[in-house]
Amino acid sequence: MLRTPVNGSPTRSRARRAWNTAAALLILAVMLFPVYWMLSTSLQPHSSIASADLFPTSPSFENFSAALDSQGGSLVTSLVVSLGAVVVCLALAAPAAYGLAQFGLRGSRGIVFGTLITQMVPGIVVANALYSAYAELGLVNSYLGLILADASLGLPFAIVLLRAFMVSIPTEVVEAAMVDGANRFTAFVRIVLPMSRNALITSGLFAFLFAWADFIFALTLNTTDDVRPVTLGIYQFIGAHVSDWGAVMATAVLSAIPAAILLVVAQKYIAAGIAGGSVK
Amino acid sequence: MTITSLPTEERAPERRAAAPRSGAGRRRLYQWLFVAPALVYLLAFFGYPLVRNVLMSFQEFTPRTYFTGEAPFNGLDNWRGVLDNELFGDALWQTILFTVGSLVGQFTIGLALAVFFSRRFRLSGVIRAVLLLPWLVPMVVSAVVWRRIMDEDHGILNSFLETLHLSGDGVPWLSSPSVALLSAVLVNIWIGIPFNMVILYGGLQEIPRELYEAAALDGAGPWRTFRSITLPMLRPVVTVVLVLGFMSTIKILDLILALTGGGPADSTQTLGTLTYQLSFLQLDFGQGAVVGNVLILISAVFAVLYLRINRSDNQQGR
Repeated sequence: MLRTPVNGSPTRSRARRAWNTAAALLILAVMLFPVYWMLSTSLQPHSSIASADLFPTSPSFENFSAALDSQGGSLVTSLVVSLGAVVVCLALAAPAAYGLAQFGLRGSRGIVFGTLITQMVPGIVVANALYSAYAELGLVNSYLGLILADASLGLPFAIVLLRAFMVSIPTEVVEAAMVDGANRFTAFVRIVLPMSRNALITSGLFAFLFAWADFIFALTLNTTDDVRPVTLGIYQFIGAHVSDWGAVMATAVLSAIPAAILLVVAQKYIAAGIAGGSVK
Repeated sequence: MTITSLPTEERAPERRAAAPRSGAGRRRLYQWLFVAPALVYLLAFFGYPLVRNVLMSFQEFTPRTYFTGEAPFNGLDNWRGVLDNELFGDALWQTILFTVGSLVGQFTIGLALAVFFSRRFRLSGVIRAVLLLPWLVPMVVSAVVWRRIMDEDHGILNSFLETLHLSGDGVPWLSSPSVALLSAVLVNIWIGIPFNMVILYGGLQEIPRELYEAAALDGAGPWRTFRSITLPMLRPVVTVVLVLGFMSTIKILDLILALTGGGPADSTQTLGTLTYQLSFLQLDFGQGAVVGNVLILISAVFAVLYLRINRSDNQQGR
């Protein structure tokens, strides 16, 4: 596309395109091989000791039932914690983003800047200090504690993304609603939120993925197995007995499912999120 | 639990705003209440830990601290303890190697793929989308899978190399102190390529096509075009990618814990894993806080550099 062949015949450029597609498929195969390998190993019975075959010749789901037996609860925990984190994240981010975008508050630029800066704070540093505070507040080993901590992974991103969108909402729209008697908060809920639907979905999606992938907070803010998301489950799995690799891989597959589903279903939002989150 | 508690938190503004003062002041107060909950949260989950870590680095924590609640101030003892610890120097050096190696690999390959996918061909969009998968899978999970792939005796990577006669008796990817860090870098490059590719691809699409047409008219070859047009035009995006990459790489913990656990012989310990080890395994939160502060300091220096570059760019340009 960048360099249109000046003297190339149509057939030649068609051949070149076919070659490009072939090369792209090869790149895809190399890049996704580990994912394939995870899937393939998980489908092979007793692949624990000997090395597994390249193709699962006689696929079986016995690893998956083993994985569900030991990690099924962790998957549910992950789901609950991640959804909780999404709710906290959006409930905090949406009004804040609106306020920062529309009210012209003094200091709002500083707050946006501070929000961006939080992304450089390492999770382990947060965990280090949070643990003492959680111990005092009785939040260690609690769902609420982990949900609140995991929400911190998506909140700065959500604020920045939603604010960038809400800046473009014309003030007249909200003011018209307020003339009709709605107060600012009702106008926000009835007018601004529906208008921001796409940005809300994108930030919610990322809040979910960040919380689902969280490992540091799960590892540090839990001392028992009461609240054990799947990332922690799989980590303990390989620590305890690496003999059953089939089940480990099946757990890995199960924990990768949300990402895979979202990639198929919500491709548009993910692309928007990556672009919006990185390029201010 | 959270679900029920949140609405009240949000409705609180209306009630509190009822206390009337002057009209404008009251409105301002009401507007601030939109921002306040998030602000309080950010202060609690980012501001407080930053301050607390600085304090903790001057306090003595022992395994008994959490029963007695006593963490007396001990001056510079933690700092001295960390700086005297040989592992700290090693971890710092390994963090630098890991970060630089990862960034160079991710960026180079990501850029090459971005340029490649800028050509128009069939399935380009779909393939680009599916390539994101490694980045979306939880990092711990990727690391666990790679741990199996890189296994010295049973891993597919070594069997593959043997089939190609590239290596006779298996590379000790994760079991040799001299190779393990390289392996961790390779895995992290794999994880980071999609992110780099997508953002750089976006940046490439923003470059006006006329520039390429003009360059072609002037007889510039592909390499010349890339160096004189693509790279300079892409510079702002490149800065963003590298800074974001730096921030996320320097603090990595999940990948290393699940891939090597910091070993063998501490050869893959980084500042992140060292913080975890000191605080949560040895329960010396004071020394852990010291290493954490060093980590923040490095990030902060880079953040300032980034802002400087950004500002001077803005002054020169638009």
